[in-house]
Amino acid sequence: MTPGIGQQQDTAILTSAKDQLLELVEHIPAFPQAVMRILDITSRGDCDTKELVRIIERDPVLAMKILKLVNSPYVGLPQPIASVSHSVIFVGINTIKNLALSVAAIGMLPKTNAADFDMDQLLKHSLGVATVAARLAELLGVAEKDRSDYFLAGLLHDFGKVVLAQYKAVEFRQALDKSFADGSPLHQAETAILGYDHAYIGALLAEKWLLPARLIDCIGFHHAVEAETRDDQLRDCVALANIILQRLDFGFSGNRYRAEIPSTIEARFAMSGDEIISSLGDLDEELAKVTAFSN
Amino acid sequence: MHFKFWGVRGSIAVPGPSTVRYGGNTTCIEVRGDNNELVILDAGTGIFQLAQTLFAEFPIDINVFISHTHWDHIQGLPMFTPMFVPGNNINLYGARDIVENRSVKDVLSRQMEYSYFPLRENELKSNMHYFDIQDQQDVQVGSIKVSNFLLNHPVLNFGYRLECGGKTVVFTGDHEWPLNIYAEGDPEYSDYQEFLDLRRQQTLDFFRGADALIIDTAYADSEYPSRQGWGHGSFDASIRAARDAGVKKAFLTHHEPTRCDDQLEQVFEQALKRNGVCSDDPQFFLAQEGVQIEL
Repeated sequence: MTPGIGQQQDTAILTSAKDQLLELVEHIPAFPQAVMRILDITSRGDCDTKELVRIIERDPVLAMKILKLVNSPYVGLPQPIASVSHSVIFVGINTIKNLALSVAAIGMLPKTNAADFDMDQLLKHSLGVATVAARLAELLGVAEKDRSDYFLAGLLHDFGKVVLAQYKAVEFRQALDKSFADGSPLHQAETAILGYDHAYIGALLAEKWLLPARLIDCIGFHHAVEAETRDDQLRDCVALANIILQRLDFGFSGNRYRAEIPSTIEARFAMSGDEIISSLGDLDEELAKVTAFSN
Repeated sequence: MHFKFWGVRGSIAVPGPSTVRYGGNTTCIEVRGDNNELVILDAGTGIFQLAQTLFAEFPIDINVFISHTHWDHIQGLPMFTPMFVPGNNINLYGARDIVENRSVKDVLSRQMEYSYFPLRENELKSNMHYFDIQDQQDVQVGSIKVSNFLLNHPVLNFGYRLECGGKTVVFTGDHEWPLNIYAEGDPEYSDYQEFLDLRRQQTLDFFRGADALIIDTAYADSEYPSRQGWGHGSFDASIRAARDAGVKKAFLTHHEPTRCDDQLEQVFEQALKRNGVCSDDPQFFLAQEGVQIEL
């Protein structure tokens, strides 16, 4: 895909920002909780593979970086891998463990960033979107083995905000403030100030890191369901999960704007927005697990 | 095409009276194509003795394919005499290290650093060429086609398949059939098993119909349960794989350094009996240093 299409972003600004951001993002470490857990689990003699995979799968930065390396041209796998557990079969658990450690070893995100953006709340939001996106996929009859894509896409959808908070802190703070003040959606405030939004940056990185096209598109268009008319069930589930999590006030993604559920998504589920939400049943138990993890 | 074992021992060289029949050197296999092209599979300590037989052919083209970079597969490299003789062309192929981001050249250079070796890599007198190869990338060496396939070990490990004049030899390097990381009761178990089964089929297809399969068989099956995840095969697993892939001959290698010749034969005989190996099966052999096989 070409990130930004349908979002009318400024090409000149995008080009100049691209290289700089791509370089900077290489140094983004994983979220601290995951780093601590990985250091702990790998320091034991009998490192539990299942647990390690679970930790990586729930950390957007770590998951993305590991998939980037596994999918790198150096390895040259014939098809991109979108699952951390599957990557174990291709490159072996020890390689995954060491990749996780080396990503973790780069350092930890500072507890605060110049944008004063709460990363723990973003992680909680991302995990919540991941969980609900997978539930929505279930509702649409997606087989269990294919639901990990939905989880991963949900986990990574706001990855661009991690980059912005870290490396475009002043502008991102301005965008957050603008969005709070005038009630506009955060991604629009970002575009007004930076010339691009977090969805664009997230997709750019996913593309650069050779993640599967369906993930790149989903990240790039999760705020453009109506503008980007292509039929994309993965994108719709993530976009809807995002709206639902905002309504539930579960975690905080920096966006106070409450979007309506697009009619195209309601049509996909053949239900009204409220009906979709109620058919998901009680999310408390699953989200409680997320809370336990993000704490 | 023919090949000769110059090292069949795993982990560490163990010369001495108790290993004199099968040999104490670590992995190295010489393969010759129909036009006498030279391919060397792995550069364990066995490569030193191999080098002593090459002087008459100088200047010579040598193609060394490294399965993986653990010590027992590269330890002979700095002492590989042809590298020091002007006029020789030496091509070194292997996987890039994606954890440390090191090329194949770095592997040799680091072995030859000041602390470890009196000469540096840039003092080598032959024409050295290095190739980071990717999964399933074919390399043509004269009449020999060398293809590769990622196999499971605690570091990236390529198995190699060499085809020449209608004959085929496959070498696994080090390989353990990957295990399900989930327990049978886990919801992820069956999907993961499905993916593992698919991967096994792809691996068997890579071995398929080989005239000779040289396969990692480090552990007796009584030893294997306590060594799961270490990245090596067992007798039962190798016999099963050779049968399933329909190979003609299977050479079991990477002999345990603690096993003397008598014990090795004993474990082998027991495994043949236990698995009911009969005349319809592939022919099984213990790989033996100094033995040459015509295909």
